[in-house]
Amino acid sequence: MKTSKSWILDYVDVPEGTTTEDITAALTRTGLKLEAIESAGAEISGPLVVGRVLTMEPEPQKNGKTINWCTVDVGDANGSGDPQGIVCGAHNFAPGDLVVVVLPGGVLPGGFEISARKTYGHVSAGMICSARELGLGEDHDGIIVLPQDAGEPGQDARGVLGLDEEVIELEVNPDRAYGLSLRGIARDVALSVSGASNFRDPALREVPPADDQGHPVVVDDPTGCPVFVARTVSGFDPTAATPDFISARLTAAGMRPISLAVDVTNYVMLETGRPIHGYDADKVQGALRVRRARAGERLTTLDGTDRELSAEDLVVTDDSGLIGLGGVMGGETTEMSASTSRVLIEAAHWDAVSMFRTGKRHKISSEAGKRNERGVDPTICEAAADRVVELLTTYGGATADPGHTVVGTPPPMAAVTMGLDRPARVSGLPIDADTVLALLEADGCVVAREGDALTATPPPWRPDITDPHDLVEEVVRLVGYDEIPSVLPPAPGGRGLTRVQALRRRIGRTLAGAGWVEVVDFPFVGERDLDVLGIPAADPRRQVLRLSNPLSSQAPAMTTTLLPGLLRAAARNVGLGTTSVALFEAAPVVLPRGTEAAPILPVDRRPTDAEFDALLKALPDQPLHLGLVATGDAELPGWWGTGRGVDWSDAVDAVRAVADALGVQLTVAAAAEAPWHPGRCAELRVGEHLVGHAGELHPKVCDAVDLPRRSIAAEVDLDVLIEAAVHLRPAPSFSDYPAAKEDVALVVDERTPAAAVEAALREGAGPLLESVRLFDVYRGEQVGAGQVSLAFALRFRAPDRTLTDEETAGLREAAVVAATQRTGATQRS
Amino acid sequence: MSGPNSSFDPVEVAALSEEEVSRAVDAATAAFAAAATLEELKQARIDHAGDRSALALANREIGALPPQARKDAGQRVGRARGQVNQALAARQEVLEAEHEERMLAEETVDVTLPTTRRPRGARHPITLQSELIADIFVAMGWEIAEGPVVEAEWLNFDALNLGPDHPARTMQDTFWTEPADRHVVLRTQTSPVQARTMLTRQPPIYVACPGRVFRTDEYDATHSPMFHQVEGLVVDEGISMAHLKGSLDHLAARLFGEGIDTRFRPSYFPFTEPSAEVDVRCFVCRGVGSDACRTCRGEGWIEWGGCGVVNPRVLTACGVDPERYSGFAFGMGIDRSFMFRHGLEDLRPLFEGDVRFSAAFGTEI
Repeated sequence: MKTSKSWILDYVDVPEGTTTEDITAALTRTGLKLEAIESAGAEISGPLVVGRVLTMEPEPQKNGKTINWCTVDVGDANGSGDPQGIVCGAHNFAPGDLVVVVLPGGVLPGGFEISARKTYGHVSAGMICSARELGLGEDHDGIIVLPQDAGEPGQDARGVLGLDEEVIELEVNPDRAYGLSLRGIARDVALSVSGASNFRDPALREVPPADDQGHPVVVDDPTGCPVFVARTVSGFDPTAATPDFISARLTAAGMRPISLAVDVTNYVMLETGRPIHGYDADKVQGALRVRRARAGERLTTLDGTDRELSAEDLVVTDDSGLIGLGGVMGGETTEMSASTSRVLIEAAHWDAVSMFRTGKRHKISSEAGKRNERGVDPTICEAAADRVVELLTTYGGATADPGHTVVGTPPPMAAVTMGLDRPARVSGLPIDADTVLALLEADGCVVAREGDALTATPPPWRPDITDPHDLVEEVVRLVGYDEIPSVLPPAPGGRGLTRVQALRRRIGRTLAGAGWVEVVDFPFVGERDLDVLGIPAADPRRQVLRLSNPLSSQAPAMTTTLLPGLLRAAARNVGLGTTSVALFEAAPVVLPRGTEAAPILPVDRRPTDAEFDALLKALPDQPLHLGLVATGDAELPGWWGTGRGVDWSDAVDAVRAVADALGVQLTVAAAAEAPWHPGRCAELRVGEHLVGHAGELHPKVCDAVDLPRRSIAAEVDLDVLIEAAVHLRPAPSFSDYPAAKEDVALVVDERTPAAAVEAALREGAGPLLESVRLFDVYRGEQVGAGQVSLAFALRFRAPDRTLTDEETAGLREAAVVAATQRTGATQRS
Repeated sequence: MSGPNSSFDPVEVAALSEEEVSRAVDAATAAFAAAATLEELKQARIDHAGDRSALALANREIGALPPQARKDAGQRVGRARGQVNQALAARQEVLEAEHEERMLAEETVDVTLPTTRRPRGARHPITLQSELIADIFVAMGWEIAEGPVVEAEWLNFDALNLGPDHPARTMQDTFWTEPADRHVVLRTQTSPVQARTMLTRQPPIYVACPGRVFRTDEYDATHSPMFHQVEGLVVDEGISMAHLKGSLDHLAARLFGEGIDTRFRPSYFPFTEPSAEVDVRCFVCRGVGSDACRTCRGEGWIEWGGCGVVNPRVLTACGVDPERYSGFAFGMGIDRSFMFRHGLEDLRPLFEGDVRFSAAFGTEI
């Protein structure tokens, strides 16, 4: 809500010396937050002065136009005191008139810079301004002619035009709809600014009594439209100009002045908060009628849109049919125009929920709708309509028709009961009962004390006050939030981070310590992203949860894999010149399940356990995934050597590092999963549970995402890994007897997994085997085609003695025998 | 070599003469001193202290002396050998030290050479900021609660006093999932975690809920369809706005520095009543509001988040007795807090995965 400061002070007095900042600080403290203070003419800079036209010579031009070559007295504003020569295309003035002149160096709204320039055979040194050029309205038929007593030539014209006015912009929350009116703002100024007094309610006025002589109105739906007031004026001059103070105030409020009749309805809406609709009375046929629309009925609204209505929409009809979407927007057929001489004024109170739904349904956001859906004081319809009549008769030459239609009565406000100690208990401030009662009364409530409690009937402009806590907020805001003391609540015995939270941190630290860099990406994905990865149609990762309103049609669903985003980020880094990157992200993915809806449960009680379970079951699975992508060098080249490019094993090792950090044993097996290289993809398991995959990316995938071939990736389900994490690690016991080392080289078919050979060695060697490490893999002529030699270092140690050479040799032999039996391994000689 | 002296030979053994022994010692000392390297010293040792050195040979002649002369000669030769050995050891030590010094000098490397063979890893600054905030609450005895990002409409809105026709629903631009009649949304706030907490446990409740949230905002320097929030919820007996103020002041001081506090302005949120906007004192100009302060743009205070007393309607919907318990809740942007804490003006680097950004923060912030 924007308003010029002077408008507020029409309705309330503040002490001498009160600054705009004092006022806005007080309003902010009590709930109408200052957004900005600007000046009305903020878009105008440079010399804008009052000028007196000395001479004007009409000069017909070849193009048929006649321009006026004028000399204008601008006092000393031009530095010389000589008359200023200006070419002007308008004709609505005469020598001797006071006008508004922008001199060279000035800038008008829209960044329009004024300079002396040659035109129509003269040097025109400035411009005589119209209202539109100054952003003061739409009137461009002529220039502004100021009243003779408006000022002296050379004087700054901003003051004369009201452009030096400070404009206050306030943020109005949904519970303070009254702040969308001068009436409400001024009332809060009176309540909150130190020394402010004498609030003059613009909606408090004598109105003529209701009678049945006015325009007939029938309300079929008093719930939707509890009050409907109609007044009519005749003899209105549609060419009458809007008074400057109205157009200046509307402009300051961010509304465009259009015509007197429209401007007056807007002005009264801003003043009182009550939206008004004006009909061209000559176009209205018969009685106005308010009812709900019939589904499928159509109406063309003022904005030229043909709308299909729903049975919930409230409409205004006449004998011709639909003429307006009640409270939201009028219809085209009865719109006021440049020839309207009779105006039918509607000031009606509408059901806020219905307004909200209709506005949402038809995507109409209007100043009227904004107020009606938040709730307007239902008691001021007559006053607002009367104020419109007053302004149209005063400035538009109209006369008020006899008759004053009032249908319905304002709905009563529900009283709220509250313990007198509640404001103190809720705020932590010592607010006594008398203060509570006094502040609520000042706030407009009708208050009655009943023992330790009070009953407050909120004022009609506060439909938001329905609960005791709403009263508490009123009391506390008027005492001042600044007064609330700062007290730490007594510390409970906290349990610290949960185990899962602590383990997630451990995983992040492990990876960062191993050289991986964490990134955060949006979880949106599109079909193409999955196509690029080569994910087959039947893959569960294709089952995505789609969004109804995605920001991008390229990524309309929640992702099932973290890899698309990581690959994009990696390619971006490479593109920016960081050719060696190792990225990870830990984030949930979304895996849809089931088709049950999440019920909308009641809110007046706790849902039952069954209801709550049904709610939770309707949500998709959202396991926490870890994704990794790396490209370039694992070890950089340097003085130490040539470096080493990343390979499949770095991906597996990163996951192993995470598993080790959690104390989890991973088993690794070959797999062929998209988007990995079919021969270089590891499947990782904990026991029977699949954890994920790691390895080298398929070369086609690398090409498609603009990454070098041999780039690597992994994606695992962290929930599964964390679930498997060891809780208590038993302390190890070590033998201090000497170890016996034995190496063994085994030749196997090259398709035999090394892990299988190692497992057989362990099995065969038994418990005295302390460790086994594969230290060499050899292929070549010496072992024959299709064969591979695996060299293992075995280390044996007994807990209670030094192993003899014979014992060690026997254990080694047992290991080899097991490997031979299980994997067909032969010892390499 | 002389044979055993079974019968006394009155000829004096020349090698055992005082002059000869002394000469041998002098010769040895000179040779050791002349040895410039350990190799040369080794040869000098063999020559002068070895089995065939003059003193060793002289030593063997002692047996040839008459018994009464043996003692004297023995002592003389023994002393001489002691002197020689000492001289040898001293020289050995000097030469070894020299050798080591030379060797170390030869092994000198350029320690200014680069040492990083693999690029350092880093965690994301928002993760670090979230953990820092979580740690502050954990230190206060609170717990960290979490929930899913794809959430039931009822938990995101209705349970929080945002009914289907509540104007506040238009304040938040929600991502809806298909089909719409399943009533599933991307959570617009972390508040559903508060509802879940109240629905699944009994007061006293002291929890903070950090997490990612979603709004249909076009992505630009100050808006993102995904961002991070942390909310706090306390439900206990006798809880007031003073406790809310105390908790937020504590968080502000821990996060931005000792003496940094907050101020409240009346506001509106459906889930709290009374409600407040919370501003944090600018930690750069410390609330002075100097025009030169870029952090608060001369305001002295920075808009931080929203807070209030939990609306009793929310307690009711979540199964907490509003007559017995009261509570407070607050929420603020983690990304936003990070941005003004670290002077980041455009949020997009947070979500674009450029390693240069995360790397600048390393593993702690």
